[in-house]
Amino acid sequence: MSAAREPAIRVSGLSKSFGQTTVLDDVDLTVAEGTVFALLGPNGAGKTTIVRILSTLIPADTGEVQVAGHDVASHPDGVRSVIGVTGQFAAVDELMTGEENLRLMADLHHLGRVMGAARIAELLDRFELVDAARRPVSTYSGGMHRRLDLAMTLVGSPQVIFLDEPTTGLDPRSRRTMWGSIRDLVSDGVTILLTTQYLDEADHLADRIAVLDRGRIVAEGSPEELKRRIPGGHVRLRFATPEALLAAADLFEGGSRDDEKLVIQVPGDGGVASLRRLLDRLDDAEVEVEHLSIHTPDLDDVFFAVTGRPVAQKASA
Amino acid sequence: MISSLAYTVIDSRTLLRRNLRRLRRYPSMTLILIGMPIVFLLLFVYVFGGQLGHGLSNPLAGGHAGRDGYLNYVTPGILLMTIAATVQGTAIVVAMDMTGGIIDRFRTMAIARAAVLTGHVLASLIQTLASIAIVLGVAIALGFRPTADPLDWLAAIGLLALFAFALIWLATALGLAAKSVETASNTPMILTLLPFLSSSFVPTTTMPEGLRQFAAYQPFTPVTETLRGLLTGTHIGPHAIVAIAWSVGIAAASYLWARRLYNQRQPR
Repeated sequence: MSAAREPAIRVSGLSKSFGQTTVLDDVDLTVAEGTVFALLGPNGAGKTTIVRILSTLIPADTGEVQVAGHDVASHPDGVRSVIGVTGQFAAVDELMTGEENLRLMADLHHLGRVMGAARIAELLDRFELVDAARRPVSTYSGGMHRRLDLAMTLVGSPQVIFLDEPTTGLDPRSRRTMWGSIRDLVSDGVTILLTTQYLDEADHLADRIAVLDRGRIVAEGSPEELKRRIPGGHVRLRFATPEALLAAADLFEGGSRDDEKLVIQVPGDGGVASLRRLLDRLDDAEVEVEHLSIHTPDLDDVFFAVTGRPVAQKASA
Repeated sequence: MISSLAYTVIDSRTLLRRNLRRLRRYPSMTLILIGMPIVFLLLFVYVFGGQLGHGLSNPLAGGHAGRDGYLNYVTPGILLMTIAATVQGTAIVVAMDMTGGIIDRFRTMAIARAAVLTGHVLASLIQTLASIAIVLGVAIALGFRPTADPLDWLAAIGLLALFAFALIWLATALGLAAKSVETASNTPMILTLLPFLSSSFVPTTTMPEGLRQFAAYQPFTPVTETLRGLLTGTHIGPHAIVAIAWSVGIAAASYLWARRLYNQRQPR
């Protein structure tokens, strides 16, 4: 083997059922080393089940799963030695301090006193937990919990990191911080598989996205490729008079018209350049717009585009 | 290259340290668990002891009469009740761990497989032996006068540790089997009832038919009799071998059960 490097994650024909319920149905995935791969899907699509199988927590029914060249079924300890997992539920010890939690991880990775202390100090600093290091975790905010959780995952310098809905339940500011931390990881060269319900999160972070629907992958591609398939992104123009509406309808023949509401929806991503062109055309034709709003595509649009039906919410992931 | 056995020892020690730290952070649970046998000791010695002591034959009472005699008779049973009470804590902390997220983190790390449960069992063993020392101290302060020589003491400590080890593995399995922390705190309560249905509080010969047979053949009776013999010089006879057999049997069966539950466990 020369130029072609082994993919960090290789999954083929993966299926899993719980009792009568099929949770995963013939899933194939390939994640190249040093890239971010997002599994996008609603609750109950099977995202968490994939993460649990890939991280050796539960066995697959059928299919082959390899992580960093180790087979999950036959060589789970090989997989465990190269992965880090941050799940949906905080995997931290509430009775201990942040520093003690990190110390525990350093000891379990056999880092030794000196190396362990250096790694802990570095991670506390990187995740802005220095001031809270000696406080019990039970006093931490939601965002601090997640940061500590991710810091604990990084103690062993994993090659492959699984992030199961890393920002679900976080406030917008903590979410931004978490995104920053995840992007920093990529620049360190690790491979990341993350699951999310948010298209913008996958768009921000991932090199490739797979859309998961009821245990099957229904679409896969780069964020650009996927968004191109979404008709949902549009600019919505509302007019004061039917005359203005008709005038605008002549300008944008591809748009969908609602005569009753005096609204036209023009396909577009809402980018500054395309928006300026759109307004210029309206100005040139001297058409007065009463109201303009931009609708950016979200998971519902992706979902509708690739499955032809809206997101059906299930009880849990 | 360090062998896998060495890693098991290192990881077990790391997790033992973690569990002892948790016990120190959460002392109210240990105090409540120790409180129970102490309350029963006071209750039985000062409320019932005067009367019960008169019914005991002189050798069983360690050569004392009345209340003092009963204190000598009941203390070994109270020490076993201390074990039964403390292992409720084991079931609770194991269940707390299993229902929290951290256990899934451990299971995705290359930690020696046995280390997580071993860490819990060793921490509980230390907690239980410390609790026994405290309860024994209270008994001695009340006037318990053991006649054991150093060798007897050594054997008594060994027996207590062995029996504690067995019940801790049982409680670990119960904690793993429990669906919630609440269930885990309830199921081992049957263990604190068993000393009453043994020779811990009154000789089994005074019990009615049926109950007497149950009391004679359940594990607490031979362990009580052996411990009483070692501490106060009563006749031990075949009880010692039966006590050891029960302890080893419970420990082995519970260990296998606990290991199975741990390996088969589904993440929540």
